[in-house]
Amino acid sequence: MKASVGGYARASDLRHALELLSGSGGLGRVLAGGQSLIAAMNMRLSAGDLLVDISRVSDLSGVSDTGERLLIGALTRHVEIAGNPLIREHAPLLSRAVQYIAHAAIRNRGTIGGALAHADPAAEFPACILALGATLHIEGLHGRRDVAAEDFFQDIFETSIGEGEILTGISVPKAEAGEAHLIEEVARRSGDYALAGLCLVKRAAGHRVALFSVGPKPLLARTAMTALDRGDVEGAAKALHDELDPPSDTQASGAYRRHLAQVLLRRAVARIEGATA
Amino acid sequence: MTIEFGNPDRPNSYIGKTVPRPNAGRLVQGRGRYVDDIVLPRMVHVAFVRSPFAHARIAGIDANEAKSVKGVLRVFTGQDIAEVCTPWVAVLAHLKGLKSPPEYPIAVDRACWVGEPVAAVVATSRAAAEDGAALIDVDYDPLPVVTDMMSALDAETPVLHEDMGDNLAFRRLHEAGDIEAAFKSAHKVVSTRFRTARHTGVTLEPRSILVDWNPAEGQLTAYHATQAPHMMQTVLAEHLSVPESRVRVICGDVGGSYGIKVHVYPDEVATAAIAKIMSRPVKFVADRLESFTTDIHARDHEIEARIAVEEDGSITAMDIDDWTAIGAYSVYPRTSAIEGNQVVNLCGGPYDFKNYRAQTTVVFQNKTPTCQYRAVGHPIAVAITEGLVDQAAAELGMDPVEIRRRNMFRDDAYPVTSPANMRFEGLSHHASMNKLMELMDYDGLRAEQAELRKAGIHRGIGIASFIELTNPSPFMYGIGGARISAQDGCTVRMDPDGSVVALSGVTEQGQGTEAMLSQIVAEGVGVSPDKVRVITGDTQVTPYGGGTWASRGAGIGGEAALQSARALRESILTVAAAMLQTEQSRLDIRDGQVVDAATGESRMPLEELGRIVYFRGDTLPKGLPRELVQTRHFITSDYPFAFTNGVQASYLEVDIETGVVKLLKHWCVEDCGRIINPQLVDEQIRGGIVQGLGGALFEEIHYDADGQLLNGSMADYLVPMAAEMPDMVVGHVETPTKESLLGAKGAGEAGTAGAPAAVMNAINDALRPRGAQVTEMPFTPERILRALGVLED
Repeated sequence: MKASVGGYARASDLRHALELLSGSGGLGRVLAGGQSLIAAMNMRLSAGDLLVDISRVSDLSGVSDTGERLLIGALTRHVEIAGNPLIREHAPLLSRAVQYIAHAAIRNRGTIGGALAHADPAAEFPACILALGATLHIEGLHGRRDVAAEDFFQDIFETSIGEGEILTGISVPKAEAGEAHLIEEVARRSGDYALAGLCLVKRAAGHRVALFSVGPKPLLARTAMTALDRGDVEGAAKALHDELDPPSDTQASGAYRRHLAQVLLRRAVARIEGATA
Repeated sequence: MTIEFGNPDRPNSYIGKTVPRPNAGRLVQGRGRYVDDIVLPRMVHVAFVRSPFAHARIAGIDANEAKSVKGVLRVFTGQDIAEVCTPWVAVLAHLKGLKSPPEYPIAVDRACWVGEPVAAVVATSRAAAEDGAALIDVDYDPLPVVTDMMSALDAETPVLHEDMGDNLAFRRLHEAGDIEAAFKSAHKVVSTRFRTARHTGVTLEPRSILVDWNPAEGQLTAYHATQAPHMMQTVLAEHLSVPESRVRVICGDVGGSYGIKVHVYPDEVATAAIAKIMSRPVKFVADRLESFTTDIHARDHEIEARIAVEEDGSITAMDIDDWTAIGAYSVYPRTSAIEGNQVVNLCGGPYDFKNYRAQTTVVFQNKTPTCQYRAVGHPIAVAITEGLVDQAAAELGMDPVEIRRRNMFRDDAYPVTSPANMRFEGLSHHASMNKLMELMDYDGLRAEQAELRKAGIHRGIGIASFIELTNPSPFMYGIGGARISAQDGCTVRMDPDGSVVALSGVTEQGQGTEAMLSQIVAEGVGVSPDKVRVITGDTQVTPYGGGTWASRGAGIGGEAALQSARALRESILTVAAAMLQTEQSRLDIRDGQVVDAATGESRMPLEELGRIVYFRGDTLPKGLPRELVQTRHFITSDYPFAFTNGVQASYLEVDIETGVVKLLKHWCVEDCGRIINPQLVDEQIRGGIVQGLGGALFEEIHYDADGQLLNGSMADYLVPMAAEMPDMVVGHVETPTKESLLGAKGAGEAGTAGAPAAVMNAINDALRPRGAQVTEMPFTPERILRALGVLED
């Protein structure tokens, strides 16, 4: 199919982008890396969009150290997340996640902000920032607001980004000494969306477990986290079994996904124990 | 006339060597010319409105809004097209009882599957045509659907085509020996239900056609991504009422076909009809969603099968009940009964046993039609046969290699006729198995497997012997009345500069046909392959032929090329003998020079001979034959098919917690007769294995109960990709066919034939200690866990 686009404008800076969006009469769509949006347009799943291209807005890209946290620009590409020394040192969960995201061509163009704003429930980055307890920075013409990752993801492909707003960046807490980050997933083929995936962050303050591809949005498995804090791995696995009600599709049933989540949890814990033993 | 194939130092020894592919540089530099690259003056584009219902009456079509879209020129309904194009009925006389209703290029009053064309919109661009198509308002009355294969013939199931009486398209029962007695007296009987998933071929280049009708010449020219240009010439001529001589099908570069592009598609014929109506060039290129919904599907089979064995492992009987559902129509003109028929013909293929019963039941349903896709029926028959043999071995406590060795036809048993009445000229099952054992170090792998099992690692080794049908005679289609040529031809000519042009009726789909032809012609004439230009895929230019299907290009097209090249060599030498005033038998052609046959001393370059013949013919004796163009045709006649054989092995690891299979290594030893180009054969085997592995682990088209296709994209229909593919080791045994000088049989489908069975047996080998078994493809992680009893619900 051929895409049916309503219009296209390239924003010179963030202000310009926000103005273009507000003038689009509700038809504006932010184009960043284009790795999901263009595919959807080419299937005519989305038609008539007025594209606001923010890919040349230079100050939305890159990673900086703000002391307690890392600030990651929304336009930072997956390939940069994988290789960035600050992220590798202070938020290794994100750099490790990149190997699971699609294929090299997509990783070279896709952006972390685009992946988070798209909010595919099977994607890795949304679950990662949930597990890390990140903060998302959102800007509109009338100001800027911060949203906790827990509050950002609303439903399948739905976030708390409002009409006329743009996700500009993400702040993630820097890993403490001894903090462990793990991501595990099972996909049919390398680069496919996961049948189920799990992020585990082990901090002095406790465990954080976020799952993807097991529901309409990435899920923080709170009961399982509490069980892990007690050292009760089987209790955590059982909690996942009770907490999750994954969907079924042509690739896998909900029952299989639930089973996988438990296997991934046990494996992640075993890997952390193996690494510290 | 003989060629010392066994002597690699013979002059012009290009047959048997890897030579560069003449088209590789062009394709790699992006200078290929595919249908979509061709732009003609006044060309327009067509997009099709396709049925969203699996079965619906078309009550009305309102195109007014579509016609107002900028760029839209015209809208066609089924009735509009039917006025210039007759429907077709895809049956063959030798497939007794096969029935199918008339099929129109665009549905006239009833749509029978999701994706069937119901209207066509022609516009100045594809985008505008799609904009128009989106605005066509079709009034559908949904009808009851038939989607389940096994209940298609039940009394309470609606009949899809009333005129057909029931939903049975074809049924064939073959019986040999006394099956009941054999099962009654058997030492062990093993029964299993197998299932193979609905696949499609997923060509890199989608189906494409550009048709130009020139009313001044009364000529229809179709630029078509097809495997069979001459077959398409006949089809377009017949159904558009144009003399066959006034239809030209040009097939340039083709981006893969795998059988997908050897069939007649309603949208492609509609494109030709529209070109004829509008008297201007019309292009149709399927997009990926259209590919998934309208390219032929294949392999949707359910099988109940059992095997009887003696205590010593001898197979005494096999009993196969195969069912397949082919969609709403039998596909024209090859028909959709061939795949089931092949299952009947091929089960038990490698084994010498007496009592055999096989039945295939082919039913209609409201889904995309199925038809021949690479290795037609083979992966199914091999999975059934090899699955049964492995299970029998396990029941007997016998090694799977040993049970095969005890039952395979002896290598000195040929010629022999199988219980399915297939005639084998010469196969090498034992030599191939012996070579496989060496290549894979079978005993070493078994020891490693046992050792790792102690550590809780579940690895499996799977073996699959197979036969492959190649080099078909008219027994495949021609005897059934289809105008599909089993014969093929080649014209070879020498030009004044001593270079050679070869025109062949077989076609290049990306598999290397032109490389194969160039080296055969080079050796046959006595020039280097770079002096040979190969032309294929133009019905107005090349000799009449069948094209690419059933692994016939090398065996049939290659032999025609060799015969014509040798004939040209003789013609050249006749002239040379006159010019050099010597006997023809004392001359030879080597590396573009006429030489003294005894000493190899150069007597005259070919360009000198060319100069004299073409420009100074006056200096040659009057009446001297100087025909530097020769054509030869070849058809097999001693055997209906040239069977090949081989054996594959898979080594893999099953993660019993996730069900994920990791392919560790794959082996194939095959016997395609004379190997013309080792690298091309290895590539065919590897590519074929990859497609077979796709069927084993990944590929499955899903429909819901209403006949809606659920996975029509590359994200949801999983083709095998490089990261999951194992290292592959390919070995060869060569048993040339005696039907031709060349001795080549086909190699294009062997990989696909055996790979799924090898993987199935390897998975089951890994699972056997845990009492689990899988026989439903693809072997997804979930199916494996369910077999292990791990999942609840």
